[in-house]
Amino acid sequence: MNAFALDTTTAPSDETVKAERELLLRVDNVSLSFGGVKAITNISFDIQKGEIRAIIGPNGAGKTSMLNVINGFYHPQEGTITWQGQVRRKMKPYEAASQGIARTFQNVALFKGMTTLDNIMSGRSLKMHRNFFWQMLWRGPAEKEEIEHRRKVEDIIDFLEIQAIRKTPVGRLSYGLQKRVELGRALAMEPDLLLLDEPMAGMNLEEKEDMSRFILDVNQEFGTTIALIEHDMGVVMDLSDRVVVLDYGKKIADGPPEEVQANQDVIDAYLGVSH
Amino acid sequence: MEPFARVQSGAGAAPEGKKRHMAGSASASPRGEDTFPKILLRNAKVFGTRTAFREKDFGIWQSWTWSEVCEEIRAFSIGLKSLGLQAGDKVAIVGANRPRLYWSMVAAQALGAVPVPVYADSVAEEMAYVLGHAEVAFAVVQDQEQVDKLISMAEDVPSLKQIVYDEPRGLRDYEHEHLHDFASVQAEGKALLEKTPSLAGEWEEGFSGGKGADIAVMLYTSGTTGRPKGVMLSFDNLVVSAINGNVFDRLDETEEVLAYLPMAWIGDHVFSLAQAFTAGYCVNCPESMDTIDTDRREIAPTYFFAPPRVFETMLTNIMVRMEDAGKTKRRMFDYFMGVARKVGEKILNGESVSLGDRLLYALGEFCVYGPLKNRMGLTRMKVGYTAGEAIGPEIFRFFRSLGLNLKQLYGQTEASVYITLQPDGEIFGDTVGKPAPDVELKIADNGEVMYRSPGVFVGYFKNDQATAETKTPDGWVHTGDAGIIADNGHLKIIDRAKDVGKLTDGSLFAPKYIENKLKFFPNIKEAVAFGHERDRVGVFINIDLTAVGSWAERNNVNYASYQELAANPDVYRMIEEHVDQVNRDLANEPMMAGAQIRRFLVLHKELDADDGELTRTQKVRRSFIAERYAPLIEALYDGSATKHVRTEVTFEDGRKGAIEATVEIRDMPVHVAGEGFQEAAE
Repeated sequence: MNAFALDTTTAPSDETVKAERELLLRVDNVSLSFGGVKAITNISFDIQKGEIRAIIGPNGAGKTSMLNVINGFYHPQEGTITWQGQVRRKMKPYEAASQGIARTFQNVALFKGMTTLDNIMSGRSLKMHRNFFWQMLWRGPAEKEEIEHRRKVEDIIDFLEIQAIRKTPVGRLSYGLQKRVELGRALAMEPDLLLLDEPMAGMNLEEKEDMSRFILDVNQEFGTTIALIEHDMGVVMDLSDRVVVLDYGKKIADGPPEEVQANQDVIDAYLGVSH
Repeated sequence: MEPFARVQSGAGAAPEGKKRHMAGSASASPRGEDTFPKILLRNAKVFGTRTAFREKDFGIWQSWTWSEVCEEIRAFSIGLKSLGLQAGDKVAIVGANRPRLYWSMVAAQALGAVPVPVYADSVAEEMAYVLGHAEVAFAVVQDQEQVDKLISMAEDVPSLKQIVYDEPRGLRDYEHEHLHDFASVQAEGKALLEKTPSLAGEWEEGFSGGKGADIAVMLYTSGTTGRPKGVMLSFDNLVVSAINGNVFDRLDETEEVLAYLPMAWIGDHVFSLAQAFTAGYCVNCPESMDTIDTDRREIAPTYFFAPPRVFETMLTNIMVRMEDAGKTKRRMFDYFMGVARKVGEKILNGESVSLGDRLLYALGEFCVYGPLKNRMGLTRMKVGYTAGEAIGPEIFRFFRSLGLNLKQLYGQTEASVYITLQPDGEIFGDTVGKPAPDVELKIADNGEVMYRSPGVFVGYFKNDQATAETKTPDGWVHTGDAGIIADNGHLKIIDRAKDVGKLTDGSLFAPKYIENKLKFFPNIKEAVAFGHERDRVGVFINIDLTAVGSWAERNNVNYASYQELAANPDVYRMIEEHVDQVNRDLANEPMMAGAQIRRFLVLHKELDADDGELTRTQKVRRSFIAERYAPLIEALYDGSATKHVRTEVTFEDGRKGAIEATVEIRDMPVHVAGEGFQEAAE
């Protein structure tokens, strides 16, 4: 009698899930240039609801520019972006944020002097509805609202297992923990799409494993769609459902990890072939 | 203002003018209730609205009263039954201290099943052995990590039928045929109760026939040698010992404890479950292992238990922080600590102290001791115990001089903890106290300490041979420790009986005794002494990274790793001084003078439980270390000045690697008794 010997711990087969997924974001023929430098040339791809989508490529391939286009920081000269079925107009990053796109940065961009708690709380500011006057008065509705937000933030603290640093100023934390707090702040927005720019850069193996687990859990528990840029191929291949590969601002491959891994263009791009 | 940060320390605890029970008044009655499920029902009636459990979760102390706990346990217990748990089944409990895991134990007991708490951080094969040996049918675990661990060892534990987990995170997509969420099992129990209200009565009837002689719990001893053994303790063992403990220290339902030590350890089982249930006091579970210090400060436990290591760490942290404090603060600290050293312990022991000193001490309490105690979360501590290892006299005195009633006890899993206790006012640094209530004590011919008490275990599970070796037919138990009973009736432990050896010249060699003397220096974290059947004593030393690291920082010594710091010549010089001091001490003890340290080395890696060098309770595994570092031991005795070694290590994620180093070995001079000033030896 070995009840657990046959247990499988995998999710329901990927095929069925994929078919049901709907489009969250589509990028059509987008080009972006700074003066004469073409950062992105005619790129199209899509992100489906609920998936983990990786964007990879050698240095200078245009990955971060692509993220900046998605969250409205750069405005492409050509092409359209369709967000939840609607073609998006030119917008400011905070508008993108209020529409449900959150991100973390390649270099940690937290408020160093503030505590972990306050940093994550700041991620909720877009969700606060009481006006400045009420918040200053700090009675009744404003207080109630803050308690609600604090509850959400505590959920995230619990989720990311950072209870011990709740009251620690972020500047005093290790790099790995700062990255985790940054993820927490992005999660506080309850985004539909989470953009992670090199979430594991500069981390040691243990921190990487922790972060991978958190990314998977965010995707699974909160159902958040994730687009991530990452250089650690092992991580990318393990985590992502689909991978898009950029090189010199162009898309050279797009598909499931195993397929991308076998693609000759990708191998060439990474090993360096003269252009 | 943060509505969630409001510290609730002591909420619901002592109301103004807390009423003091006569010794044992709360605990004298439950002689009628001889099992924990029965005591639970009593507590729900008697202490119904008192807080029984707290857990910090989402930044707030969530609490449950005794009557709520009773309902929680009942629902879960009935849920377990519907999953097929039967009387006699073993239920593994794996995880950190959480109310739900404590409840699971009583829920299992209510069905006649036997809980088996397991060290959650033990490596997979150790855990697999324990679970397989105990033949567990069910497991109640904390989270995904433990579920994964259990599933991976399914082959070795064929008896395992169902796993219940507390935290659903990450487990959503697992096959749930044999896997259940704690909440859903409880909901199932509640639903059944609603459908057929008579179930509640049936549930109570189920355990009303239970006897005190039934097995209450099985605890696997950490096993300094060989495989862990399953110690079977009956309800009588635990209930009687717990009540005796409560009476001895006048503990009642108003106490607050922090449950933070491994649940598989007898200490935690007795303090956080047996004593809590019998006295009816409140058990507080910390938010996570990393927040214990903060949580302790918020709760301020009145009854506190910790191995010496915890007190050592507290003291080291204070000292390190004082080094960084401003001049005024430091001088104030030094001055008042001087006052405390002089009169603090006397005041605590109720001896006569001049009015001037008392006033000075009171001022010190206001300026230094009070804030320090608050910082450590010991402000309300009524009684504190340290056990498991010998505590450094300096450390012990430091805490007592602050006015903290810290005492030592000597105990064992096989004794349901209590063997000897230090009574209030009779505190001696080098002894572990007098026999606990109902305990008989004697020293065998070979110097081994033996005891007989109501707490003596029933036997080792499936190991009659070991039971027979440990327990005599008339109920005396071999402790395995060598000791003497001093003239004042206090027990003094020298060493593990089997570790006490002889040098080739016939002088007595008690390794632990030497090691403890070394470990009392804050710079030394661990020491391992060798010498049995050898011509002289050699020692391995582990430096304390916090203390030595802080020293390095202040003295501009750069280092990148433990290994580098350990090999630093200045560090060696520092350790050399400590070793020399120990030799001087040993020289003055006639019995031990022959066992002075002749050579020592500072190990290139920290001894670690993950590498099997320490037990999970952080005791050194002597024979294992002797085997693993055989080349270094050889070098201790062949006179070489350095030795190159390569050691395999296990990283926290289970991967293996190796570290290499050249270790230096130092020679030490030997001292003669009474050197300089005392009269010559006999």
